Amino acid sequence: MLKIEHISKVFNPGTVNEKKALDDMSLEVKDGDFITILGSNGAGKSTLFNAIAGVFLVDSGRIILADRNITFEPDYKRSKYIGRLFQDPLKGTAPHMTIEENLALAYLRAGAATDSFSRIRKSDRMMFRDALKRLDMGLEDRMSVQVGTLSGGQRQALTLLMATIVPPRLLLLDEHTAALDPGAAEKIMKLTEEIVNEHHTTCLMITHNIMQGLHTGNRTLMMADGRIVLDLDQEERQKLTIPDLMQRFRQGAGSELDDDRILLSD
Amino acid sequence: MLFIIQTALTLGCTYALVALALFLSYRVLDIADLTTDGCFVLGMAVSVTSALAGHPVLGLFLALIAGAAAGSVTAFLQTRMGVPSILAGIVTNTGLYTINLMVMGWSSNASLLKQATVYTMFKDLGIGGSWSQLILSGAITLVCMLGVRWFLTTRLGLSIRATGDNREMVSASSINPRFTILIGLMIANSFTALSGALIGQMQKSADINSGTGIVVIGLACLIIGETVMNGRKSLTRNIAACLIGNIIYRFIYALILQTRILPIECLKLMTAVIVALAIAAPTMKDNAALMVRIRKEKGESC
Repeated sequence: MLKIEHISKVFNPGTVNEKKALDDMSLEVKDGDFITILGSNGAGKSTLFNAIAGVFLVDSGRIILADRNITFEPDYKRSKYIGRLFQDPLKGTAPHMTIEENLALAYLRAGAATDSFSRIRKSDRMMFRDALKRLDMGLEDRMSVQVGTLSGGQRQALTLLMATIVPPRLLLLDEHTAALDPGAAEKIMKLTEEIVNEHHTTCLMITHNIMQGLHTGNRTLMMADGRIVLDLDQEERQKLTIPDLMQRFRQGAGSELDDDRILLSD
Repeated sequence: MLFIIQTALTLGCTYALVALALFLSYRVLDIADLTTDGCFVLGMAVSVTSALAGHPVLGLFLALIAGAAAGSVTAFLQTRMGVPSILAGIVTNTGLYTINLMVMGWSSNASLLKQATVYTMFKDLGIGGSWSQLILSGAITLVCMLGVRWFLTTRLGLSIRATGDNREMVSASSINPRFTILIGLMIANSFTALSGALIGQMQKSADINSGTGIVVIGLACLIIGETVMNGRKSLTRNIAACLIGNIIYRFIYALILQTRILPIECLKLMTAVIVALAIAAPTMKDNAALMVRIRKEKGESC
Protein backbone atom coordinates (compact mmCIF):
# COMPACT_ATOMS: atom_id res chain seq x y z
CA MET A 1 0.00 0.00 0.00
CA LEU A 2 2.43 2.67 1.22
CA LYS A 3 6.14 2.01 0.82
CA ILE A 4 8.67 4.45 2.18
CA GLU A 5 12.18 3.60 1.07
CA HIS A 6 15.21 5.16 2.76
CA ILE A 7 13.90 8.70 2.94
CA SER A 8 16.02 11.45 4.51
CA LYS A 9 15.37 15.11 5.16
CA VAL A 10 17.78 17.66 6.58
CA PHE A 11 16.54 21.11 7.56
CA ASN A 12 18.86 24.13 7.37
CA PRO A 13 21.77 22.13 5.95
CA GLY A 14 25.23 23.61 6.50
CA THR A 15 24.16 25.95 9.30
CA VAL A 16 24.40 25.72 13.08
CA ASN A 17 20.69 24.90 13.07
CA GLU A 18 21.15 21.87 10.86
CA LYS A 19 18.65 19.21 11.84
CA LYS A 20 18.36 15.70 10.52
CA ALA A 21 14.61 15.36 10.70
CA LEU A 22 14.34 12.06 8.85
CA ASP A 23 17.31 9.72 8.82
CA ASP A 24 17.30 7.00 6.16
CA MET A 25 13.87 5.88 7.23
CA SER A 26 11.95 3.01 5.69
CA LEU A 27 8.44 1.79 6.37
CA GLU A 28 5.98 -0.52 4.71
CA VAL A 29 2.28 -0.12 5.42
CA LYS A 30 -0.18 -2.80 4.41
CA ASP A 31 -3.61 -2.13 2.98
CA GLY A 32 -6.04 -1.52 5.82
CA ASP A 33 -3.39 -1.01 8.48
CA PHE A 34 -4.19 1.44 11.28
CA ILE A 35 -0.82 2.43 12.68
CA THR A 36 -0.25 4.62 15.72
CA ILE A 37 2.97 6.57 16.07
CA LEU A 38 4.52 7.60 19.38
CA GLY A 39 7.80 9.36 19.99
CA SER A 40 9.86 12.05 21.67
CA ASN A 41 9.65 15.73 20.88
CA GLY A 42 11.27 16.41 17.53
CA ALA A 43 11.45 12.71 16.69
CA GLY A 44 10.27 13.44 13.17
CA LYS A 45 6.65 12.26 13.44
CA SER A 46 5.09 15.31 11.85
CA THR A 47 8.03 15.58 9.45
CA LEU A 48 7.21 12.07 8.28
CA PHE A 49 3.61 13.13 7.64
CA ASN A 50 4.76 16.26 5.80
CA ALA A 51 7.01 14.09 3.64
CA ILE A 52 4.17 11.70 2.81
CA ALA A 53 1.75 14.56 2.12
CA GLY A 54 4.31 16.37 -0.01
CA VAL A 55 4.60 19.60 2.00
CA PHE A 56 8.28 19.37 1.04
CA LEU A 57 10.24 16.97 -1.17
CA VAL A 58 12.56 14.52 0.59
CA ASP A 59 16.32 14.89 0.05
CA SER A 60 16.69 11.24 -0.89
CA GLY A 61 14.67 8.05 -1.00
CA ARG A 62 11.35 7.13 -2.57
CA ILE A 63 7.71 7.22 -1.51
CA ILE A 64 5.37 4.79 -3.23
CA LEU A 65 1.63 4.82 -2.68
CA ALA A 66 -0.51 2.10 -4.24
CA ASP A 67 2.26 1.13 -6.70
CA ARG A 68 2.75 4.72 -7.81
CA ASN A 69 5.92 6.64 -7.18
CA ILE A 70 4.73 9.92 -5.66
CA THR A 71 8.15 11.16 -4.49
CA PHE A 72 8.06 14.24 -6.72
CA GLU A 73 4.32 14.82 -6.88
CA PRO A 74 3.22 18.24 -5.52
CA ASP A 75 1.18 18.33 -2.33
CA TYR A 76 -2.09 19.45 -3.88
CA LYS A 77 -2.09 16.45 -6.22
CA ARG A 78 -1.35 13.99 -3.41
CA SER A 79 -4.13 15.37 -1.26
CA LYS A 80 -6.64 14.06 -3.76
CA TYR A 81 -6.13 10.62 -2.25
CA ILE A 82 -4.37 11.40 1.04
CA GLY A 83 -6.63 12.84 3.73
CA ARG A 84 -5.04 14.79 6.55
CA LEU A 85 -6.14 16.16 9.90
CA PHE A 86 -4.05 18.53 12.01
CA GLN A 87 -3.97 19.25 15.70
CA ASP A 88 -5.36 22.73 15.09
CA PRO A 89 -9.08 22.36 14.29
CA LEU A 90 -9.00 25.71 12.45
CA LYS A 91 -6.67 24.39 9.76
CA GLY A 92 -9.06 22.09 7.98
CA THR A 93 -12.12 24.22 7.25
CA ALA A 94 -12.93 27.56 5.61
CA PRO A 95 -14.49 29.78 8.32
CA HIS A 96 -16.53 32.10 6.07
CA MET A 97 -18.05 29.28 4.06
CA THR A 98 -21.06 27.34 5.27
CA ILE A 99 -20.99 23.74 6.52
CA GLU A 100 -22.61 22.65 3.28
CA GLU A 101 -20.11 24.58 1.14
CA ASN A 102 -17.17 23.10 3.04
CA LEU A 103 -18.51 19.59 2.55
CA ALA A 104 -19.29 20.34 -1.10
CA LEU A 105 -15.73 21.52 -1.63
CA ALA A 106 -14.27 18.37 -0.08
CA TYR A 107 -16.70 16.13 -1.93
CA LEU A 108 -16.24 17.75 -5.34
CA ARG A 109 -12.46 17.89 -5.04
CA ALA A 110 -11.88 14.35 -3.85
CA GLY A 111 -14.55 12.71 -5.94
CA ALA A 112 -14.57 11.61 -9.53
CA ALA A 113 -15.82 15.03 -10.65
CA THR A 114 -13.15 16.50 -12.88
CA ASP A 115 -15.34 19.21 -14.35
CA SER A 116 -14.44 22.58 -12.84
CA PHE A 117 -18.04 23.69 -13.05
CA SER A 118 -19.63 20.67 -11.37
CA ARG A 119 -21.88 21.47 -8.42
CA ILE A 120 -23.52 19.37 -5.74
CA ARG A 121 -26.90 17.84 -6.42
CA LYS A 122 -29.88 17.45 -4.20
CA SER A 123 -28.97 13.82 -3.55
CA ASP A 124 -25.48 14.92 -2.46
CA ARG A 125 -27.04 17.36 -0.03
CA MET A 126 -29.12 14.57 1.48
CA MET A 127 -25.99 12.47 1.78
CA PHE A 128 -24.23 15.34 3.61
CA ARG A 129 -27.19 15.57 5.96
CA ASP A 130 -27.00 11.89 6.82
CA ALA A 131 -23.25 12.10 7.32
CA LEU A 132 -23.65 15.10 9.63
CA LYS A 133 -26.40 13.40 11.56
CA ARG A 134 -23.98 10.67 12.43
CA LEU A 135 -21.74 13.17 14.25
CA ASP A 136 -24.63 13.64 16.67
CA MET A 137 -23.87 17.35 17.11
CA GLY A 138 -27.01 18.77 15.55
CA LEU A 139 -25.02 20.10 12.60
CA GLU A 140 -27.42 18.56 10.08
CA ASP A 141 -29.92 21.31 10.89
CA ARG A 142 -27.32 24.07 10.60
CA MET A 143 -25.92 23.38 7.16
CA SER A 144 -26.17 26.99 6.02
CA VAL A 145 -24.28 28.29 9.06
CA GLN A 146 -20.76 29.66 8.57
CA VAL A 147 -18.16 27.24 9.92
CA GLY A 148 -16.38 30.02 11.82
CA THR A 149 -19.22 30.01 14.35
CA LEU A 150 -18.68 26.37 15.37
CA SER A 151 -16.67 25.11 18.35
CA GLY A 152 -13.26 23.49 17.96
CA GLY A 153 -14.69 20.01 18.47
CA GLN A 154 -17.42 20.61 15.91
CA ARG A 155 -14.92 21.96 13.40
CA GLN A 156 -12.62 18.98 13.87
CA ALA A 157 -15.56 16.60 13.45
CA LEU A 158 -16.45 18.41 10.24
CA THR A 159 -12.82 18.22 9.07
CA LEU A 160 -12.84 14.48 9.74
CA LEU A 161 -16.01 14.17 7.70
CA MET A 162 -14.52 16.27 4.89
CA ALA A 163 -11.37 14.15 4.82
CA THR A 164 -13.33 10.91 4.61
CA ILE A 165 -16.51 11.82 2.72
CA VAL A 166 -14.82 10.26 -0.27
CA PRO A 167 -12.73 7.56 1.48
CA PRO A 168 -9.04 8.45 0.91
CA ARG A 169 -6.41 5.79 0.16
CA LEU A 170 -4.44 6.99 3.14
CA LEU A 171 -5.53 9.01 6.16
CA LEU A 172 -2.94 10.94 8.19
CA LEU A 173 -4.03 12.01 11.67
CA ASP A 174 -1.58 14.38 13.32
CA GLU A 175 -2.70 14.46 16.99
CA HIS A 176 -6.07 15.48 15.75
CA THR A 177 -7.70 15.32 19.18
CA ALA A 178 -4.91 16.96 21.21
CA ALA A 179 -6.31 20.48 21.12
CA LEU A 180 -9.85 19.49 22.10
CA ASP A 181 -11.42 19.21 25.51
CA PRO A 182 -11.54 15.64 26.88
CA GLY A 183 -15.19 15.07 26.00
CA ALA A 184 -14.84 16.26 22.44
CA ALA A 185 -11.53 14.39 22.05
CA GLU A 186 -13.15 11.14 23.07
CA LYS A 187 -16.03 11.68 20.70
CA ILE A 188 -13.79 12.51 17.75
CA MET A 189 -11.61 9.48 18.50
CA LYS A 190 -14.64 7.20 18.55
CA LEU A 191 -15.88 8.63 15.27
CA THR A 192 -12.43 8.25 13.74
CA GLU A 193 -12.32 4.55 14.61
CA GLU A 194 -15.84 4.02 13.32
CA ILE A 195 -15.19 5.72 10.00
CA VAL A 196 -11.77 4.11 9.51
CA ASN A 197 -13.10 0.64 10.31
CA GLU A 198 -16.11 1.06 8.09
CA HIS A 199 -14.08 1.76 4.97
CA HIS A 200 -10.97 -0.22 6.05
CA THR A 201 -9.06 3.00 5.43
CA THR A 202 -5.31 2.73 5.72
CA CYS A 203 -4.44 5.15 8.47
CA LEU A 204 -1.44 6.61 10.31
CA MET A 205 -2.06 8.41 13.59
CA ILE A 206 0.36 10.41 15.72
CA THR A 207 -0.58 10.50 19.40
CA HIS A 208 0.88 11.52 22.74
CA ASN A 209 -1.35 9.21 24.68
CA ILE A 210 0.48 5.92 25.19
CA MET A 211 -2.60 3.92 26.11
CA GLN A 212 -4.39 5.27 23.06
CA GLY A 213 -1.33 4.45 20.98
CA LEU A 214 -1.25 0.87 22.17
CA HIS A 215 -4.97 0.22 22.04
CA THR A 216 -5.98 1.92 18.80
CA GLY A 217 -5.39 0.29 15.43
CA ASN A 218 -3.29 -2.80 14.80
CA ARG A 219 0.32 -1.66 14.91
CA THR A 220 2.42 0.85 16.86
CA LEU A 221 5.62 2.62 15.81
CA MET A 222 7.91 4.56 18.10
CA MET A 223 10.18 7.18 16.59
CA ALA A 224 13.33 8.95 17.79
CA ASP A 225 15.82 11.15 15.91
CA GLY A 226 14.15 10.67 12.56
CA ARG A 227 14.17 6.89 12.75
CA ILE A 228 11.74 4.17 13.71
CA VAL A 229 13.16 2.61 16.85
CA LEU A 230 10.34 0.25 17.71
CA ASP A 231 7.76 -1.48 15.53
CA LEU A 232 5.13 -3.48 17.39
CA ASP A 233 2.46 -5.61 15.75
CA GLN A 234 -0.86 -6.36 17.39
CA GLU A 235 0.34 -9.48 19.20
CA GLU A 236 3.39 -7.79 20.69
CA ARG A 237 1.41 -4.71 21.72
CA GLN A 238 -1.10 -6.68 23.72
CA LYS A 239 1.52 -8.37 25.87
CA LEU A 240 3.44 -5.20 26.55
CA THR A 241 3.30 -3.22 29.79
CA ILE A 242 4.29 0.42 29.90
CA PRO A 243 7.58 -0.22 31.80
CA ASP A 244 8.46 -2.86 29.16
CA LEU A 245 7.72 -0.34 26.46
CA MET A 246 9.95 2.28 28.09
CA GLN A 247 12.69 -0.29 28.44
CA ARG A 248 12.50 -1.30 24.80
CA PHE A 249 12.32 2.30 23.64
CA ARG A 250 15.51 3.03 25.62
CA GLN A 251 17.24 0.11 23.93
CA GLY A 252 16.19 1.24 20.48
CA ALA A 253 16.67 4.95 20.82
CA GLY A 254 19.60 5.05 23.22
CA SER A 255 17.76 7.61 25.33
CA GLU A 256 14.70 8.01 27.52
CA LEU A 257 11.33 8.73 25.96
CA ASP A 258 11.38 12.46 26.31
CA ASP A 259 8.05 14.03 25.61
CA ASP A 260 6.68 16.80 27.76
CA ARG A 261 3.15 16.10 26.64
CA ILE A 262 3.19 12.34 26.87
CA LEU A 263 0.28 10.79 28.70
CA LEU A 264 1.13 7.54 30.44
CA SER A 265 -2.40 6.74 31.50
CA ASP A 266 -5.72 7.57 29.97
CA MET B 1 -34.44 65.19 -10.13
CA LEU B 2 -35.43 62.45 -12.51
CA PHE B 3 -32.25 63.14 -14.43
CA ILE B 4 -30.18 62.70 -11.25
CA ILE B 5 -31.84 59.39 -10.48
CA GLN B 6 -31.41 58.21 -14.03
CA THR B 7 -27.73 59.15 -14.15
CA ALA B 8 -27.04 57.63 -10.75
CA LEU B 9 -28.72 54.37 -11.68
CA THR B 10 -27.03 54.12 -15.06
CA LEU B 11 -23.53 54.91 -13.80
CA GLY B 12 -24.12 52.79 -10.69
CA CYS B 13 -25.04 49.78 -12.78
CA THR B 14 -22.06 50.23 -15.07
CA TYR B 15 -19.45 50.87 -12.39
CA ALA B 16 -20.89 48.04 -10.28
CA LEU B 17 -18.74 45.67 -12.32
CA VAL B 18 -15.63 47.26 -10.78
CA ALA B 19 -17.03 46.62 -7.31
CA LEU B 20 -17.85 43.07 -8.37
CA ALA B 21 -14.23 42.66 -9.49
CA LEU B 22 -12.98 44.00 -6.16
CA PHE B 23 -15.39 41.72 -4.33
CA LEU B 24 -13.70 38.79 -6.11
CA SER B 25 -10.14 39.92 -5.50
CA TYR B 26 -10.36 41.76 -2.17
CA ARG B 27 -13.09 39.80 -0.41
CA VAL B 28 -13.10 36.34 -1.97
CA LEU B 29 -9.38 35.90 -2.69
CA ASP B 30 -8.25 38.29 0.08
CA ILE B 31 -5.78 39.97 -2.28
CA ALA B 32 -5.52 43.74 -2.69
CA ASP B 33 -5.33 43.78 -6.49
CA LEU B 34 -4.18 47.18 -7.67
CA THR B 35 -4.27 46.28 -11.36
CA THR B 36 -7.75 47.85 -11.36
CA ASP B 37 -6.96 51.44 -12.41
CA GLY B 38 -4.95 50.51 -15.48
CA CYS B 39 -7.21 47.61 -16.31
CA PHE B 40 -10.26 49.89 -16.35
CA VAL B 41 -8.59 52.18 -18.90
CA LEU B 42 -7.42 49.14 -20.86
CA GLY B 43 -10.99 47.97 -21.25
CA MET B 44 -12.06 51.47 -22.21
CA ALA B 45 -9.27 51.90 -24.75
CA VAL B 46 -9.87 48.51 -26.35
CA SER B 47 -13.60 49.01 -26.59
CA VAL B 48 -13.48 52.58 -27.93
CA THR B 49 -10.77 51.69 -30.47
CA SER B 50 -12.80 48.73 -31.59
CA ALA B 51 -15.95 50.86 -31.88
CA LEU B 52 -13.97 53.39 -33.91
CA ALA B 53 -13.22 50.56 -36.30
CA GLY B 54 -16.92 49.78 -36.44
CA HIS B 55 -17.12 46.84 -34.04
CA PRO B 56 -18.68 48.05 -30.78
CA VAL B 57 -20.00 44.65 -29.64
CA LEU B 58 -16.76 42.87 -30.46
CA GLY B 59 -15.06 45.64 -28.46
CA LEU B 60 -16.76 44.48 -25.26
CA PHE B 61 -15.55 40.92 -25.76
CA LEU B 62 -12.05 42.10 -26.63
CA ALA B 63 -12.09 44.18 -23.44
CA LEU B 64 -13.01 41.08 -21.42
CA ILE B 65 -10.08 39.19 -22.93
CA ALA B 66 -7.69 42.12 -22.44
CA GLY B 67 -8.75 42.40 -18.79
CA ALA B 68 -8.25 38.70 -18.23
CA ALA B 69 -4.79 38.98 -19.77
CA ALA B 70 -3.89 41.86 -17.45
CA GLY B 71 -5.13 39.81 -14.48
CA SER B 72 -3.07 36.84 -15.55
CA VAL B 73 0.09 38.98 -15.64
CA THR B 74 -0.55 40.12 -12.06
CA ALA B 75 -1.28 36.53 -11.00
CA PHE B 76 1.83 35.25 -12.76
CA LEU B 77 4.02 37.82 -10.99
CA GLN B 78 2.71 36.94 -7.56
CA THR B 79 2.28 33.16 -7.79
CA ARG B 80 5.24 32.21 -9.98
CA MET B 81 7.76 35.02 -9.54
CA GLY B 82 7.35 35.67 -5.83
CA VAL B 83 6.42 39.35 -6.25
CA PRO B 84 4.33 40.49 -3.23
CA SER B 85 0.69 40.71 -4.31
CA ILE B 86 0.24 44.48 -3.87
CA LEU B 87 3.44 45.19 -5.77
CA ALA B 88 2.46 42.77 -8.54
CA GLY B 89 -0.70 44.80 -9.15
CA ILE B 90 1.18 48.10 -9.13
CA VAL B 91 3.79 46.77 -11.56
CA THR B 92 1.12 45.57 -14.01
CA ASN B 93 -0.78 48.82 -13.56
CA THR B 94 2.30 50.86 -14.45
CA GLY B 95 3.04 48.73 -17.49
CA LEU B 96 -0.56 49.05 -18.65
CA TYR B 97 -0.15 52.83 -19.04
CA THR B 98 2.05 52.25 -22.07
CA ILE B 99 -0.15 49.43 -23.37
CA ASN B 100 -3.18 51.70 -23.11
CA LEU B 101 -1.47 54.48 -25.06
CA MET B 102 -0.53 51.92 -27.67
CA VAL B 103 -4.09 50.61 -27.94
CA MET B 104 -5.30 54.16 -28.60
CA GLY B 105 -2.70 54.60 -31.33
CA TRP B 106 -0.14 56.40 -29.14
CA SER B 107 -2.62 59.07 -28.28
CA SER B 108 -3.77 60.00 -24.78
CA ASN B 109 -7.41 60.00 -25.78
CA ALA B 110 -9.80 58.72 -28.39
CA SER B 111 -13.29 59.92 -29.24
CA LEU B 112 -16.24 58.33 -30.97
CA LEU B 113 -18.12 60.85 -33.08
CA LYS B 114 -20.68 59.36 -35.39
CA GLN B 115 -19.66 55.78 -34.86
CA ALA B 116 -22.16 53.33 -33.44
CA THR B 117 -21.77 52.15 -29.86
CA VAL B 118 -23.57 49.32 -28.10
CA TYR B 119 -25.74 52.00 -26.50
CA THR B 120 -26.77 53.65 -29.77
CA MET B 121 -27.40 50.22 -31.30
CA PHE B 122 -29.57 49.25 -28.34
CA LYS B 123 -31.44 52.54 -28.46
CA ASP B 124 -32.14 51.99 -32.16
CA LEU B 125 -33.94 48.80 -31.22
CA GLY B 126 -36.46 51.09 -29.59
CA ILE B 127 -36.42 49.52 -26.14
CA GLY B 128 -36.75 51.71 -23.07
CA GLY B 129 -36.58 55.14 -24.71
CA SER B 130 -34.49 57.47 -22.55
CA TRP B 131 -33.92 54.60 -20.09
CA SER B 132 -32.23 52.43 -22.69
CA GLN B 133 -28.69 53.01 -21.37
CA LEU B 134 -29.79 51.96 -17.91
CA ILE B 135 -31.55 48.87 -19.22
CA LEU B 136 -28.54 47.70 -21.20
CA SER B 137 -25.98 48.37 -18.43
CA GLY B 138 -28.30 46.89 -15.83
CA ALA B 139 -28.87 43.74 -17.87
CA ILE B 140 -25.16 43.18 -18.47
CA THR B 141 -24.31 43.76 -14.81
CA LEU B 142 -27.13 41.52 -13.65
CA VAL B 143 -25.95 38.70 -15.90
CA CYS B 144 -22.41 39.10 -14.53
CA MET B 145 -23.67 39.11 -10.93
CA LEU B 146 -25.80 36.00 -11.45
CA GLY B 147 -22.86 34.38 -13.21
CA VAL B 148 -20.58 35.11 -10.26
CA ARG B 149 -23.18 33.83 -7.79
CA TRP B 150 -23.47 30.58 -9.75
CA PHE B 151 -19.74 30.25 -10.36
CA LEU B 152 -18.84 30.58 -6.67
CA THR B 153 -20.81 27.43 -5.83
CA THR B 154 -19.10 25.29 -8.48
CA ARG B 155 -16.11 23.12 -7.73
CA LEU B 156 -13.69 25.75 -9.06
CA GLY B 157 -15.57 28.62 -7.42
CA LEU B 158 -15.59 26.92 -4.01
CA SER B 159 -11.88 26.24 -4.41
CA ILE B 160 -11.21 29.92 -5.14
CA ARG B 161 -13.20 30.92 -2.05
CA ALA B 162 -11.31 28.44 0.13
CA THR B 163 -8.01 29.82 -1.21
CA GLY B 164 -8.90 33.26 0.11
CA ASP B 165 -10.60 32.05 3.28
CA ASN B 166 -8.07 29.61 4.71
CA ARG B 167 -4.68 29.33 3.03
CA GLU B 168 -3.71 26.51 5.37
CA MET B 169 -6.45 24.13 4.30
CA VAL B 170 -5.84 24.72 0.62
CA SER B 171 -3.07 22.30 -0.28
CA ALA B 172 -4.56 19.66 2.01
CA SER B 173 -7.78 19.97 -0.04
CA SER B 174 -6.09 19.20 -3.38
CA ILE B 175 -6.40 22.84 -4.44
CA ASN B 176 -3.53 24.39 -6.37
CA PRO B 177 -3.51 27.99 -5.09
CA ARG B 178 -1.49 29.21 -8.09
CA PHE B 179 -4.31 28.10 -10.35
CA THR B 180 -7.17 29.41 -8.22
CA ILE B 181 -5.48 32.82 -7.80
CA LEU B 182 -4.84 32.97 -11.55
CA ILE B 183 -8.46 32.21 -12.43
CA GLY B 184 -9.80 34.53 -9.72
CA LEU B 185 -7.72 37.51 -10.85
CA MET B 186 -8.47 36.86 -14.52
CA ILE B 187 -12.21 36.92 -13.89
CA ALA B 188 -11.97 39.96 -11.60
CA ASN B 189 -9.96 42.00 -14.08
CA SER B 190 -12.13 41.04 -17.01
CA PHE B 191 -15.08 42.57 -15.11
CA THR B 192 -13.06 45.73 -14.43
CA ALA B 193 -12.19 45.96 -18.14
CA LEU B 194 -15.81 45.36 -19.12
CA SER B 195 -16.87 48.21 -16.87
CA GLY B 196 -14.32 50.48 -18.55
CA ALA B 197 -15.47 49.27 -21.96
CA LEU B 198 -19.09 50.15 -21.23
CA ILE B 199 -18.25 53.56 -19.74
CA GLY B 200 -16.04 54.32 -22.74
CA GLN B 201 -18.81 53.62 -25.23
CA MET B 202 -21.37 55.39 -23.07
CA GLN B 203 -19.28 58.58 -22.88
CA LYS B 204 -18.09 58.07 -26.45
CA SER B 205 -14.50 58.67 -25.43
CA ALA B 206 -11.50 57.07 -23.79
CA ASP B 207 -8.91 58.99 -21.81
CA ILE B 208 -5.61 57.70 -20.49
CA ASN B 209 -6.25 59.20 -17.05
CA SER B 210 -9.85 58.16 -16.60
CA GLY B 211 -8.91 55.22 -14.39
CA THR B 212 -7.26 57.22 -11.64
CA GLY B 213 -8.70 56.28 -8.27
CA ILE B 214 -11.16 53.74 -9.67
CA VAL B 215 -9.90 51.09 -7.25
CA VAL B 216 -10.63 53.29 -4.22
CA ILE B 217 -14.03 54.32 -5.54
CA GLY B 218 -14.85 50.67 -6.23
CA LEU B 219 -13.83 49.70 -2.71
CA ALA B 220 -15.88 52.54 -1.25
CA CYS B 221 -18.92 51.33 -3.19
CA LEU B 222 -18.37 47.75 -2.06
CA ILE B 223 -18.04 48.78 1.57
CA ILE B 224 -21.04 51.14 1.45
CA GLY B 225 -23.09 48.33 -0.08
CA GLU B 226 -21.93 45.80 2.49
CA THR B 227 -22.80 48.15 5.32
CA VAL B 228 -26.26 48.91 3.97
CA MET B 229 -27.01 45.28 3.07
CA ASN B 230 -25.27 43.72 6.08
CA GLY B 231 -23.49 42.03 3.21
CA ARG B 232 -20.77 39.92 4.83
CA LYS B 233 -23.44 37.52 6.07
CA SER B 234 -24.16 35.76 2.82
CA LEU B 235 -22.81 35.39 -0.67
CA THR B 236 -25.96 36.62 -2.39
CA ARG B 237 -26.12 39.73 -0.25
CA ASN B 238 -22.45 40.45 -0.73
CA ILE B 239 -22.79 40.30 -4.51
CA ALA B 240 -25.92 42.46 -4.39
CA ALA B 241 -23.96 44.90 -2.21
CA CYS B 242 -21.67 45.65 -5.17
CA LEU B 243 -24.61 47.09 -7.09
CA ILE B 244 -26.45 48.74 -4.19
CA GLY B 245 -23.28 50.44 -2.92
CA ASN B 246 -22.51 51.74 -6.37
CA ILE B 247 -25.96 53.20 -6.89
CA ILE B 248 -25.78 54.96 -3.52
CA TYR B 249 -22.33 56.33 -4.28
CA ARG B 250 -23.33 57.52 -7.74
CA PHE B 251 -26.45 59.08 -6.30
CA ILE B 252 -24.41 61.13 -3.84
CA TYR B 253 -22.01 61.98 -6.66
CA ALA B 254 -24.79 63.13 -8.97
CA LEU B 255 -26.39 65.14 -6.18
CA ILE B 256 -23.18 66.98 -5.42
CA LEU B 257 -22.58 67.52 -9.12
CA GLN B 258 -26.04 69.05 -9.52
CA THR B 259 -26.35 71.07 -6.35
CA ARG B 260 -22.69 72.04 -5.87
CA ILE B 261 -22.94 71.66 -2.09
CA LEU B 262 -19.30 70.65 -2.24
CA PRO B 263 -16.86 71.56 -4.97
CA ILE B 264 -16.71 68.49 -7.19
CA GLU B 265 -12.93 68.39 -6.76
CA CYS B 266 -13.47 67.35 -3.15
CA LEU B 267 -15.08 64.09 -4.12
CA LYS B 268 -11.91 62.01 -4.38
CA LEU B 269 -10.83 63.15 -0.91
CA MET B 270 -14.26 62.31 0.45
CA THR B 271 -14.10 58.88 -1.19
CA ALA B 272 -10.67 58.23 0.30
CA VAL B 273 -11.94 59.21 3.75
CA ILE B 274 -14.97 56.91 3.42
CA VAL B 275 -12.75 53.95 2.47
CA ALA B 276 -10.19 54.63 5.19
CA LEU B 277 -12.88 55.02 7.86
CA ALA B 278 -14.81 51.95 6.74
CA ILE B 279 -11.75 49.70 6.72
CA ALA B 280 -10.46 51.18 9.98
CA ALA B 281 -13.82 50.91 11.75
CA PRO B 282 -13.29 47.53 13.51
CA THR B 283 -9.87 48.58 14.83
CA MET B 284 -11.17 51.95 15.95
CA LYS B 285 -14.07 50.28 17.73
CA ASP B 286 -11.68 47.96 19.60
CA ASN B 287 -9.41 50.83 20.58
CA ALA B 288 -12.32 52.92 21.79
CA ALA B 289 -13.64 50.01 23.87
CA LEU B 290 -10.20 49.53 25.42
CA MET B 291 -9.90 53.23 26.24
CA VAL B 292 -13.28 53.18 27.95
CA ARG B 293 -12.26 50.12 29.99
CA ILE B 294 -8.93 51.66 31.03
CA ARG B 295 -10.61 54.88 32.07
CA LYS B 296 -13.23 52.98 34.05
CA GLU B 297 -10.64 50.84 35.87
CA LYS B 298 -8.58 53.91 36.67
CA GLY B 299 -11.64 55.64 38.03
CA GLU B 300 -12.38 52.70 40.31
CA SER B 301 -8.86 52.39 41.66
CA CYS B 302 -8.66 56.04 42.71
